[in-house]
Amino acid sequence: MKLETLKADLVERLGLEEAIKLAGKKTVPVHKHTFWYFWGGISLFSFLIQVVTGILLMVYYRPGPEAYESVRQITYQIQFGWLIRSVHNWSANFFLFSVFVHMFSVFLMKAYRRPREVGWYSGIALLLLGLTFGFSGYLLPMDELSFFATKVGMEIPNAIPIIGPPIANLLRGGLEVNEFTVQRFFALHVVILPLLYMPLLGLHLWMVQKHGNAAPPSEEAKEPSQRKTMPFFPNFVAQDLGVWLIVLNLISLLAALFPWQLGPQADPLAAAPEGIHPEWYFMSQFAMLKLIGRVIPGLAGEAAAMTLFTLGLVLWAMIPVFDKDKTNTKRSRQVLYFGIFVILVLLSTTFMGFVI
Amino acid sequence: MKDEQEMVLTDPSSPSSPEDVSRRKFLQTGVFGACAIYIGAIGYPVFRYLNSPVEASQLASAVKEVTLDKANELAVGTAFMFKFGTSPALLIHHADGSWVAMSAVCTHMGCTVKFDEGAKKITCACHGGVFDAATGENISGPPPRPLERYDVKVNDASVVVTKIS
Repeated sequence: MKLETLKADLVERLGLEEAIKLAGKKTVPVHKHTFWYFWGGISLFSFLIQVVTGILLMVYYRPGPEAYESVRQITYQIQFGWLIRSVHNWSANFFLFSVFVHMFSVFLMKAYRRPREVGWYSGIALLLLGLTFGFSGYLLPMDELSFFATKVGMEIPNAIPIIGPPIANLLRGGLEVNEFTVQRFFALHVVILPLLYMPLLGLHLWMVQKHGNAAPPSEEAKEPSQRKTMPFFPNFVAQDLGVWLIVLNLISLLAALFPWQLGPQADPLAAAPEGIHPEWYFMSQFAMLKLIGRVIPGLAGEAAAMTLFTLGLVLWAMIPVFDKDKTNTKRSRQVLYFGIFVILVLLSTTFMGFVI
Repeated sequence: MKDEQEMVLTDPSSPSSPEDVSRRKFLQTGVFGACAIYIGAIGYPVFRYLNSPVEASQLASAVKEVTLDKANELAVGTAFMFKFGTSPALLIHHADGSWVAMSAVCTHMGCTVKFDEGAKKITCACHGGVFDAATGENISGPPPRPLERYDVKVNDASVVVTKIS
C-alpha cells in the first residue's frame, strides 16, 4: 500500500511517534460530571468560528471614517454578509459564555491544583484577552451603541489616578471616540490580540494534553480501580466533535433567525439612547458600579467599585496558590464556598444590571 | 477496566460478518453525505459572499450602450477616455471629421492603451503594441487581435456609444 508507506514516512520524518503514543495512552475520566469537560472544546470551537468569520468580515470591512458605511454594506448589500456578521456576533457571545462555564467548572472540579496551575493562569489570561476582543470588536461597526459603549468603557482606564487619562487618550487616539479610535481598535482586534492569544492558547492546550483532564475531588477520593475512564482517541474526540456539531447548528440557527442588528450611525452630538446598557458579559461590573455608586456617590464610589473588582479578580486568579494539593482540607472547603459566592454575586449582579 | 473495554469503538479493521460490512457501508455513506451537505451549506453562502462584488461588476459590464454628455464638443484630432461598463474605452474625433470609439484594453496583456495624436496611432506602453487609430487593427508588436470597435452616433448634445452585437 502506497498510502501506508506515505503515512509511515510522514510519521517518521515529522517525529510524530511521541504524539501518537501520547494520544493513544490518553484517557478521559468518566463520571457524573464528565459533561463539563466539553466546555473547553466548545470555547475552542467558537473561537475557531470567530477566526473564520472574522477573516471573512475583513474582506469588506474598512476601519476609520468609512467604518459604519462598510458594515452597512456588509449587512445590507453583500450577499450573505448579514449572515457572516450575525454568526460572528452570536459566536462571540457563545465563546465568552462557554469560557465562563469552562472556568467555573474547572474551579468547582478543583482542576487548578498541582500540576495544573499553568493551565489555570493561562486560562485567566485567555479570558481577559477574550473580553478585550469583545470590547474592541464592539466598537468596529461605529453605530450608536458601539460609540457609547466605548465612550463609557474608556472611563475605566480614565479613572486610574495620574496615568489613567493619558492611557485612555492613547487608546482612543484623541480626547473623544473618533475615527482614529476605530482604526486603533481594529489593529488591536485583528492583529495585537490574536498575536497574544494564539501562543497562550497553544500553551493552554498543551497543558491539557500534558496533564489530562482533572477528576473532581469526589472521584479522586475513590480507589483507582473504581474509577472509570474512556480513551481520548477516538471516543472522547468523537463525542467532542458531536458537541461541536450541535454548537455549529445552534449558532447558525440563532444567527439566521435573530440576525444581529445595525443601529443608526454614531453621532458625537446625539444624546445617549434610553435604556442603554453593556453586553451581558460586562453587566456585572456595570451593576456593581451603579450599586456602589448609590452608597458612595461620586468618583470615590467608582474607585471603590473598581478596586473591589480588581481585588476580586486577583484573588480569583491566585486560587492555586491558596488551594494547592489534592487533600480535602479546611482551605479547600473555604475555596469552594468562595467560588460559589463569586458565582452567585456575578449571576445576581448580572441579573440586576438588566432590571435596575 | 471492564468498562473501558466496553466503551472502545469496534475496531474497523476486523469485520466479523457480512451484516457488519453492509452496516459500516451504510454508516460511511451517511457520514460522507452529511459532511457533503454541511460543506455545501457553509460553502455556498461563503462563495456568494466573496463573489458579491464580482456579481455587481458583471452586471455593470453587461452594459450595451453609453451616452456621453457634451462629448460632441470634442475637438478635432483629439481623443477622450470613458468607462464602457467596467472597462476603459477611447472616443476619437479624427482630423477628417470621423468619429471612432473602441475599447482601450490592449488585446495582448490587458494594459490600457493611449491615442498618439502626432502619429495618429494607438499605442500600448506595456509591451509596445501598436493599433490603427481609425480601425483598431493591430499593426505591430505583440497584440494578437484588433481592439474591440463600438458604434458611434453623434447628436446635438451627446455622443452615444453602442456595443456591436
